[in-house]
Amino acid sequence: MAIEKFQKITSSAVPLPIENVDTDQIIPARFLKAVERKGFGENLFRDWRYDKSDQLIPDFPLNNPEFRGEILVAGKNFGSGSSREHAAWAIYDYGFRVVISSFFADIFRNNALNNGLLPIQVSSEELQMIFNLIDEDPATSIAVDLENQLLTIEKTGKTIPFDINAYKKECLLNGYDDIDYLVSIKSEIEAFEKDKA
Amino acid sequence: MSQPTTLFDKVWDRHVVKHITGGPNVLYIDRHLIHEVTSPVAFLGLEKRDLKVARPDKTTATADHNVPTINQHLSIEDQLSRDQVEMLTTNCAKHNIPLYGLNHKWQGIVHVIGPELGLTQPGMTIVCGDSHTSTHGAFGAVAFGIGTSEVEMVLATQCIMQPKPKKMLINVEGVLSKGVTAKDIALYIISRITTSGGTGHFIEYAGSAIRSLTMEGRMTLCNMSIESGARGGMVAPDETTFSYLKDREFAPNGVHWEKAVEDWRGLKTDPDAKFDKEYHFDAADIEPMITYGTNPGMSVKISEPIPKAESLQNGEGASFRKSLDYMGFGDGDIMKGKQVDYVFVGSCTNGRIEDLRAFSEFVKGKQKADNVTAWIVPGSKQVEAQAIEEGLVDILNDAGFEMRQPGCSACLAMNDDKIPAGKYSVSTSNRNFEGRQGPGARTMLVSPLMAAACAISGKITDPRELIEG
Repeated sequence: MAIEKFQKITSSAVPLPIENVDTDQIIPARFLKAVERKGFGENLFRDWRYDKSDQLIPDFPLNNPEFRGEILVAGKNFGSGSSREHAAWAIYDYGFRVVISSFFADIFRNNALNNGLLPIQVSSEELQMIFNLIDEDPATSIAVDLENQLLTIEKTGKTIPFDINAYKKECLLNGYDDIDYLVSIKSEIEAFEKDKA
Repeated sequence: MSQPTTLFDKVWDRHVVKHITGGPNVLYIDRHLIHEVTSPVAFLGLEKRDLKVARPDKTTATADHNVPTINQHLSIEDQLSRDQVEMLTTNCAKHNIPLYGLNHKWQGIVHVIGPELGLTQPGMTIVCGDSHTSTHGAFGAVAFGIGTSEVEMVLATQCIMQPKPKKMLINVEGVLSKGVTAKDIALYIISRITTSGGTGHFIEYAGSAIRSLTMEGRMTLCNMSIESGARGGMVAPDETTFSYLKDREFAPNGVHWEKAVEDWRGLKTDPDAKFDKEYHFDAADIEPMITYGTNPGMSVKISEPIPKAESLQNGEGASFRKSLDYMGFGDGDIMKGKQVDYVFVGSCTNGRIEDLRAFSEFVKGKQKADNVTAWIVPGSKQVEAQAIEEGLVDILNDAGFEMRQPGCSACLAMNDDKIPAGKYSVSTSNRNFEGRQGPGARTMLVSPLMAAACAISGKITDPRELIEG
C-alpha cells in the first residue's frame, strides 16, 4: 500500500500568512470521529473557512477564488500541537501536495512525509518574498522539483534550494512507505528482540 | 572510558535496531498505548496488508478521547463516538490486545493509566498516537507522540522510523514559591522558549526545583514538553520514581524489582555530557502563570500585564493581534479580575489525584461562585475511586462542585463537554488554541490552584491571595 509517487509540480499557491497554525485549526477535533481515512478535506480549516451558521467566510484565503493551486504557503511553526495525522490527510485530501513554511512542527512533518505531502522549509526572508509575490500576483507560479531539491519562481526565475532527508526523498520519489520497509526487515527486528530479552 | 552521554542517549541508543545511512533510525518500542481516535485507520491498514499485530503483549488500549463524562454505564449517545469506541473493542478482541474500556476499573486517560498501572517504566521507549505521550518521560522513559501511519508501523513490527532528535537541557534551580506548581513551571518555560523553541529536540529537565517535584508534578511538566515543540521531555529516575512505581500492577516484582531498580539507577546524564542547547532558570522567578492568547507560549505571570504589541519583533504583530482579538483582550491588559464563565479541571496534564487534592483543599469550606460552571473530571477510574475514598468528592460537593467521570473531556471537546462560543474558560488542560474547547471558546490555561481560586471568586484571581498563612 505504497504512497503516491511525488511528481514534479508547477502550480500557483494559496497564501496563509498566519504563524503557529496548529492542527486544531487544520482539522478541529470534532471531525476526528471517522473510522476510515476519507472526506477530511471538506473540513480542512473548518472554523476559519465557515462561520457559525456554516456560511463561507469570504476573506479567508482558501475561500478567495483568486488563490488556488496545489501549494499551501503558511507562516512559521506550521502544524504545531496535536499528533493527529488527520491534519496531513485533510490538507492532502483538499488537493494540496506541498506546504511551504519557514518552520514545521516535528510530528506534522513526519505525518506529512508519510502521506506523500511534501513540507518544504525555507528561510523567513524567502517565505516573506513568496508571500509578497503572491500578494502582487495571485497567479504566481512555483515549480517544485523534489529530485533536485529546488523551488523555482517561474516568473522571476529565482530558485530556492531546500533540504530533505535523503531516505525520505527516495520514499517520496518512488512511493515507498516505511511500513513496507519495516516489514521487510522483520527478521532483523526479531533478532534484536531475542538479543535484548 | 567511553564518551559521556545524556539520559536521553542512553535510553534511545539501546533501542536502535538499525541505523539507515542518511536516514532515520529503526527504533524498537517497549510500550505502545492506543486509543479509539488515532488507531482505527492503522488497524484498517494492517488488514489491507494482511498483517497481524506483532506484539499484543506490549500494546495496551483504553477509550478516553471521545467518551462521555456522565452516564458512562449507558450506551454512548453520539453515534460516531460510539462507532469509534466499538471499533476499538472489535480491533482489540481480534488482535488480543488488552483493553481497559468504559466501565473497566482501569479505564482512563491513556497518559494517566500508563503510569498508575506501572506500564510506564524508566528506560523504556513508549509511543502513542497522541502528542501528550511526552508525559511518560517523567519516569526517565523516551516517550513521544506519533501519527496514525506510525501507529500502524508499531502495530505491525513493534518498531518506528525516527531521526534521532537533538538534546536540550532545561535546568530549574531553587525553591518554588508558595502557590507555584509544576504547571506554572511548564507555562513559564514555554513563555520563555516559545511554542517552537523545543522543536527538533528532546528535553531533559533537571535541577533542584525539578528534583523536588512529585511524580504527578513531573508528569505535568513533561506532558507540556510538546507545547514547546519538543517531541518529549524526561526527568532522570530517582527514589521518588521508584517509590511511585513499587507494587503497581505491571511494575516488576520480587527479584525482578531489585534488578530493575539497579538498572534504572544508571539512567542519568554523565557529568560532562553535551547538550545541543541549554536553558537555566531560577525557580524563585516563577509565579502562578496564566495564558492570555491562543497558544501555550502566550502566558504571563499573574502579576504582570499582557505584553504590548510594540514590544514584539517585526512580523509577529499580526498573529499576536489576531490572537488577542479572538480572546477579546487588549495588549497591556491585566489578567486579574477578568471574566470567568467555565472552570475545567482535568486532562492528562492535571487530572491526577494530586491535582484533585490541591483543588479540593483550596475550595474546602468555601463556595463556588454562582457565575461559574465547573467541570471536575478525574483522569481515570482509579483517580475517581481514590478521590471518593479520600473524601475529596464530599469536600467538592459541599463547596458546590460535582465530579464527573473519567475521560479527556473539555481538553479537546470531542465529546459533549464543549465550552460555548465566546465564553471564558479557565482550564487546567494543555492547549488554548482557538476553538480547542469548542468552536469559539476562549481558554486560559492555569494550574489547579489558580483554577480553584477563579472558581471560588468568579473572576481571574491570584491563588496566593486566598491561601492562608
